[in-house]
Amino acid sequence: MNFRPTIVAFLCNWCAYTGADLAGTSRLHYAPNVRIIRIMCSGRIEPTFILKAFKEGADGVLVCGCHPGDCHYQEGNYKCLRRFRLLEKFVSQMGIEKERLKLEWISASEGKQFAELINEMTGTILQLGPGKVQRTLELEHLKTK
Amino acid sequence: MSQEPTKPKLKLAVYWGAACGGCCVSVLDTHEKFLDIVAAADPVFWPIAMDIKYKDVENMPDKSIDLTLFNGAVRNSENKHMAQLMRQKSKILVAYGSCAYMGGIPGLANFFSKQDIFKRAYEETESTNNPEKINPLPSVTVKEGTLEIPVMFNDVFPLNQIVDVDYYIPGCPPQSERLIEVFSAVVTGVGLPPAGSVVGANDKTNCDDCKRKKSDNKKVKKFFRPWEIQDDKETCFIEQGVICMGPATRGGCGVRCVEGNSPCRGCYGPPPGASDPGAKMMAAIGTMIDANKPEEIDEIIETIVDPAGLFYRFSLPGSILGRKVL
Repeated sequence: MNFRPTIVAFLCNWCAYTGADLAGTSRLHYAPNVRIIRIMCSGRIEPTFILKAFKEGADGVLVCGCHPGDCHYQEGNYKCLRRFRLLEKFVSQMGIEKERLKLEWISASEGKQFAELINEMTGTILQLGPGKVQRTLELEHLKTK
Repeated sequence: MSQEPTKPKLKLAVYWGAACGGCCVSVLDTHEKFLDIVAAADPVFWPIAMDIKYKDVENMPDKSIDLTLFNGAVRNSENKHMAQLMRQKSKILVAYGSCAYMGGIPGLANFFSKQDIFKRAYEETESTNNPEKINPLPSVTVKEGTLEIPVMFNDVFPLNQIVDVDYYIPGCPPQSERLIEVFSAVVTGVGLPPAGSVVGANDKTNCDDCKRKKSDNKKVKKFFRPWEIQDDKETCFIEQGVICMGPATRGGCGVRCVEGNSPCRGCYGPPPGASDPGAKMMAAIGTMIDANKPEEIDEIIETIVDPAGLFYRFSLPGSILGRKVL
């Protein structure tokens, strides 16, 4: 099967995005399946963003912020963590496998860890297969025709 | 003296899809103001109040009904046919009430599939005795001919996923006073916002209208269901640990539930700018959790028993995900 997963990643400007940048400047090879969206802080992430990513066809969604205690805005990453845990519970109620949604802390110096994270997550999603949110909605609409 | 020509009366239709009937009754709940409504408009189609057949509506000229209040979600082929018919016959089609607006209570069926629902309803419920496992069929042939009933869809849809909708009046049911405001705007043609707007509701959240005492420091160690706690009748519900949908719900109802000491359930749908009330609510509630360690956070989240059902009580089909993934 020729399935190429699409992973949408929300990376905070100060740590995770810089970490991803480091992976690039260090010329590390990692899976090309990730679509990175830079945001100022992981605390900015609203559940709406993540749900929308799934609806628009993401097979997985990754959120990365600074390590606990390192947030540029003091506690944005804690806010992110709390929302994320609640969202995880909701997402599993909605029948989306919880492996499709991941939160990791990546510091500005962790380019290698970022590359490994993307490889690992791409592998997980490859095993799970394509996300089903979009397909489910389309199918249900067809059935009313 | 010549007689002044009378202004032609408007034609009004009220139709129900997958609904409980409450919305139709809310039109009657305008009490004596209802006389003003019928003075300005003739009801031409209104199954709860009038005896008229679908074929009579089919025979009306297109766009001959000035205002249709369509309440209820679209659940089966009959609802869909009628939604399309009412769209064709009406100048202004209003999605009236939470079900037509975002799916409403019937929309909770989107947590299941049609098979799940049939199995539960016709085989498993405690009061069911159906050893032959007889399930309803959309058509059956008997010796007199073929009998047909509408086909139930796997999903519940809000009205705007089936036909174009001009206005939305939220509420379960909409407050009758707000209906009168909207109705007067339609009659006079003054004060109607652009098509696609939510009317008969405010532009701010319910918290804005709520009179309970609120502080900026909202921190919650444990969430309670309303019956688990003695409400002090004056402090913000969320500060007491009871989940109230106020922060993610459009105002306009007059905060009736909270005035009656019950937390807001969110029937007025999301405020302007938010497309998904549940996601908005998760964002709000998430930040109020008073813990930093993952285990402690999880312990507090454990006390929110059913986040999906609670946050999307009236809005699942109209939300971003729309239904449980199959």
